[in-house]
Amino acid sequence: MQRLSSWLNQVAAVTMLNLRTISQRQGASLSALVGVAGVVTVFVAVLSIAEGFRLTMTTAGSPDTAIVMRGGSDSEMTSALAIEDTKIIGDAPGVRRGAAGPLSSAELFVIVDVLKRTTGTAANVPLRGVDQSAFDVHEKVHITAGRRFEPGTNEIVVGSGALQEFSGIDLGSTVHWGPNAWTVVGIFSAGGSLSESEIWADARILQGAFRRTMYQAVYVKLTSPENFKPFKDALTTDPRLDVKVIRETDYYAEQSQTLYKLITGLGTLIAGLMGMGAVFGALNTMYSAVSSRSREIATLRALGFGGSPVVISVLAESLLLALIGGGFGGALAYFVFNGYHTATLNWQTFSQVTFAFRVTPALLVKGISYALLMGIIGGLLPAIRAARLSVAAALRDV
Amino acid sequence: MKYWHLVWSAMRRKRLRTIFTLLSIVIAFILYGYLAAIDQAFGMGVELAGADRLILMSKVSLIQPLPESYQVQIAAVPHVLEVTHASWFGGIYQDPKNFFGQFAVEPEAYLKIYPELIVPEAQKKAWFEDRTGVLVGRAIATRFGWKVGDRVPLQATIWRKKDNSSTWEFTVDGIYDGNKQGVDTTQFLFHYKYFDEARWRGAGMVGWYIIRIDAPDDAPKIAASIDKLFENSAFESKTSTEKAFMQGFAKQVGNIGAIIEAVLTAVFFTILLVVGNTMMQSVRERTTELAVLKTIGFTDGRVLGLVLAQSLLVAVVGGGIGLALAWLMIRRGDPTNGALPIFFFPPRDMVLGLAFVAGLGLITGIIPAVQAMRLRVVDALRRT
Repeated sequence: MQRLSSWLNQVAAVTMLNLRTISQRQGASLSALVGVAGVVTVFVAVLSIAEGFRLTMTTAGSPDTAIVMRGGSDSEMTSALAIEDTKIIGDAPGVRRGAAGPLSSAELFVIVDVLKRTTGTAANVPLRGVDQSAFDVHEKVHITAGRRFEPGTNEIVVGSGALQEFSGIDLGSTVHWGPNAWTVVGIFSAGGSLSESEIWADARILQGAFRRTMYQAVYVKLTSPENFKPFKDALTTDPRLDVKVIRETDYYAEQSQTLYKLITGLGTLIAGLMGMGAVFGALNTMYSAVSSRSREIATLRALGFGGSPVVISVLAESLLLALIGGGFGGALAYFVFNGYHTATLNWQTFSQVTFAFRVTPALLVKGISYALLMGIIGGLLPAIRAARLSVAAALRDV
Repeated sequence: MKYWHLVWSAMRRKRLRTIFTLLSIVIAFILYGYLAAIDQAFGMGVELAGADRLILMSKVSLIQPLPESYQVQIAAVPHVLEVTHASWFGGIYQDPKNFFGQFAVEPEAYLKIYPELIVPEAQKKAWFEDRTGVLVGRAIATRFGWKVGDRVPLQATIWRKKDNSSTWEFTVDGIYDGNKQGVDTTQFLFHYKYFDEARWRGAGMVGWYIIRIDAPDDAPKIAASIDKLFENSAFESKTSTEKAFMQGFAKQVGNIGAIIEAVLTAVFFTILLVVGNTMMQSVRERTTELAVLKTIGFTDGRVLGLVLAQSLLVAVVGGGIGLALAWLMIRRGDPTNGALPIFFFPPRDMVLGLAFVAGLGLITGIIPAVQAMRLRVVDALRRT
């Protein structure tokens, strides 16, 4: 017990000595700190893009909603369902029923060119044809300004994300796609999810305008999430149908894969390389910290201090620098990038998704853990050298 | 080189520091290489767009089809040399993750309008004559191990066949290369005739038109006169230069690429700054030694040369290794597994990288060397 407390005393004494003298090595310490902060900023910032995109995609789905598409299609974009099919799907077992019949929404999904505000160039904005039941099936969708479109008219409602990123679709304005003119009568929000990137119109009107006779997907609300399996089995075994049934949450998770992988792939590579660079910086700093104090360390050793307190003290200094750097980098990434709103192309449906960068707590923890890892690697070798220092040689060395 | 040992001993003065400095420079230039490649990838080959090519698509959006009959009408417009069309197939090869572009095209006309696709004569002929044949790019042929003669089935997502099957079989008749770096060699090109006859619906409709004109400077005027043809029809058109079309695409992807690039640029210069500072520090520490050299008769110029030789050596060795490693790593493909079809280290950026290497060496040598030179020998020696 006494040995332990004396060991702890030693650790505390050497560590304090180290930390108090950081100010004498400002230049080197600062450059190591800046290095680690930079890595963490980049790491967190790049991953926050991927995180924000994924969050937008995954919050779009709800587990008790199922999407029915034609068999073999990989997205709404490539699917096609005849009107008879949509009726059969609505009457399938497990579909929740409302006052006006089953909660099933047969929808059309096309893209239209709308100008992006930031660049002034055309972008593929998703235009969804729905009927009134869609507002019950997509329960996150709420009109925030204006009203719903009137069935049977060329009226449209615009998602708040689309409104923010694209021009010419403000409330009350008129847009032309092909020979048709459309009037914006409402704005809707959908809890930050994918639907906010879309524009909605009456499905039947849209069919006429885009010369389509078919629908592309049917969204149904199930009586409970557990009823997905019987619902799916009923449809896939129905000889009249050739369809693919997928839970909405799974559908969107799948859709977010390409871009998520692209960004995390690039982000991890960049952060990995930078991390190596920062470790070299930290090593440089800690080696010079050790060598500038070799006489002090040798003196302590001569007085009877053990080797392990020396190792720990050097590691502590390196970890402290890394922690400060990591915290600073994480904070910087949070303040600069969190909530940054942008739009990109979702390759699966070939249409725009608007989303905001998200610096989540988990991401910050990841960033700081990464910083500490750099601190450990950067401090360990110099720490061992400090402990191995030959006392006589160090004291002789002027 | 008679002062080589002086330079060498200066480098060995703090061996570890020299090594870590070198490694930091290596990392900085690997990052620089990726920066250049990512910039290229997100630019989507805009620089390679043919100035004499126009793209005509539906005015509503790229997914709306256009009648096949437009071809004759477009061909009759003054200044139009050739017209051909392409249609998006969007099939799946084995797994949806294996994404690459598949187009139904008119084989002869397509290769004529895209001379950057290089195909051996015999393979070209075989492809023209084989109705179910396909011409594939080198990159995807390598990725999936396809050889000439292989059968490749695609699972259709949009286009079923008339017999309601959704499997389309193709025979690889040829593999094309790009005539320069950066040409997209991930395309899968097959006969429009086969596609149009076999598909279950949509016959006679094509995706977009590619038009070659003889007066690139008048492109906007020609484009306008083509669009005028189809004004107020059921299928209105929008014609733009290939470059504008691709730029539009790049802009659709948005500022994500730009943000990653901005971050990388900041990182690159930060590392250079930190490394530069360390390198200058190591010269400053040797001020006394430089003073001794001057005392024993070295001229100012010679001392400057010595210091410069040392900093240049570190920069060139580190930067050279870094650029070489970047080139090797980038050649192995993009880090995202196929999401970026064009991914290479452009030679132009390689040259710029070498300029950065030289700049790093010169600046980190000259500044401290000049400071040291200005010192009087006595002062420098007294500073210990």
